[in-house]
Amino acid sequence: MALTENVKENGAETAAVPPRGRTVRRLTNPDAASRSKGGQRFVLLGLILASAYSLFPVYWLMIAATKDRVGLYQSNGLWFSGWHLWDNLQQVFTYEDGIFLRWTANSFLYAGVGSLGGTLIALATGYGLARFDFPGRGAVFACVVGSFLIPIALLTLPLYLLFSAIGMVDTPWAMLIPCLINPFSVYLAKVYTEATIPFELLEAARLDGAGELRIFFSIVLRMMTTGGATVFLLAFVNTWNAFFLPLTVLRGEENWTLNLGLYNWSGKRLESGIDVTSLVLTGALLSIVPMAIMMVAMRRYWRTGVTLGALK
Amino acid sequence: MIRSQRWKGAAFTVPFQLGFVFLYLLPIGYAVYQSLFLEKSSGLGLGGATTEFVGLDNYGKGLTDSAFMTSILRVVLFACVQIPFMLLISLLLALLLDAVTAKAAGRFRILLLVPYMIPGVVAALVWINLYSPAVGPLTPLGELFGFDWNFFSPSMVWPAIGNLLTWHGIGYNMVIIYAALQGVPRELFEAARLDGASELRIALSIKIPFVRGALVLTALLSIIQMLQIFNEPALFRNVTPETVSDSFTPIMIIYNQAFNAANYHYAAALSVLLALILGLASFLFYRLTSREAD
Repeated sequence: MALTENVKENGAETAAVPPRGRTVRRLTNPDAASRSKGGQRFVLLGLILASAYSLFPVYWLMIAATKDRVGLYQSNGLWFSGWHLWDNLQQVFTYEDGIFLRWTANSFLYAGVGSLGGTLIALATGYGLARFDFPGRGAVFACVVGSFLIPIALLTLPLYLLFSAIGMVDTPWAMLIPCLINPFSVYLAKVYTEATIPFELLEAARLDGAGELRIFFSIVLRMMTTGGATVFLLAFVNTWNAFFLPLTVLRGEENWTLNLGLYNWSGKRLESGIDVTSLVLTGALLSIVPMAIMMVAMRRYWRTGVTLGALK
Repeated sequence: MIRSQRWKGAAFTVPFQLGFVFLYLLPIGYAVYQSLFLEKSSGLGLGGATTEFVGLDNYGKGLTDSAFMTSILRVVLFACVQIPFMLLISLLLALLLDAVTAKAAGRFRILLLVPYMIPGVVAALVWINLYSPAVGPLTPLGELFGFDWNFFSPSMVWPAIGNLLTWHGIGYNMVIIYAALQGVPRELFEAARLDGASELRIALSIKIPFVRGALVLTALLSIIQMLQIFNEPALFRNVTPETVSDSFTPIMIIYNQAFNAANYHYAAALSVLLALILGLASFLFYRLTSREAD
């Protein structure tokens, strides 16, 4: 630990020197340049191995989706054997009258509409918490943070009973309504508001005679496009990936999500003796596609979201 | 701030507050209320069931329920192995990313984040098939090296799930640790190098202490998730019901009590107990790690 102390003192001294520009450091990392060649090779090897580990299951899944049943069971899993992707896709989309398409549409409906509503509510709440000082503000924020610790079962089971009492179980509402209230989104919205909406701007708008609602809709929401997109994206991913809530509140398969449908298919193998492995694998690959497109298209947003959300 | 303005500000949070009451507070209150009752069938089992107030009986039963307690112990033990392992790899990868040029770091970061983009259920499905002796490539690969592993056997199922969770989690945790690492003033490293410190020494003595906060945070998030693990064992149960019992993890027990045994009151008590244990574990972990900092 003595070294750390020593270094800290030295660090304080060198800090007097004009700090190195951030952009400069991004282009050429001086740390990397000062490394020995052998050390660099070791570092690269480690990263390449880790990347291979990360990508290997996806690679295998893509290969598996192109095989027929014989190929799946008998050929080398790491390489192609025949090209049956189109047959597999056709099988997935026509199995049980195209129920897979129904599940896809449901997943989009729950994740899309639920996240959109949830994001609007979260932005309003985050704005209210960040830029107004009203009695009870601390209590609201405490609820937001405290709810991170509530286990999903503690909420979902009584929700199921409450929903069934009002006849909402097994309807899309049972998925959509819980998505509207997302404490983590509120937390993010508050952080983004604090970072992007200056008090002075609000004061100026008020002096110009703008009402609070008008300020929110025509100034705050517009300035929060980036933050709002991040909140939406993370909520979308969250809902798309949800499993316990849909498993609990959705009974009939016409309302299921993709996750629930794939779970059901993977269980069929045992119960009825029919082999649906290639169905499950092709379906799994398809269910990644929308997520991948969304992640790549919006990577600017989720990168900031993941880190900002975590470094509370 | 003018008084009326304050109330207008409060109005922005009203939709959330209403929703929070109906979707959080009301269900929790309802669960606590339900946990105090028990459905009892009448003597002959013919006259229908009556619901009786039993006080804290369900909690007493839960605390002495060996299946529930075993499941908690099982998950806690697993957490003690898997979370440090996963975070160690994430930390190592973040340090490696920090040691290459920024351009290379950007590219590797995307590749390493691919698993995070895949839904948990799908990730479990894919790995279950990779493990499968019938279609997966891992069994022949093991034979090649002289291993005769069966990932669905009782001794291998936790390592199998652990690998799945590690694979799924390292990218996300690495990004958080890497972001914290970017906040370390670079001057510190140069100063240390001038003092003759090796790169390894710099990593151990400067970088790791600096990202301590990020490590505590990622560990806390992982603990909260782990105690509630449900999806992965539920999917494994589809393939290997004899290894993964229906009381494998706490949430699986709660789900079964509520929906298969129709013992909702007991399930409610167990979920309140789990919430308390979760809160206690998070609090203890937080205290433990923040005391060390002083």
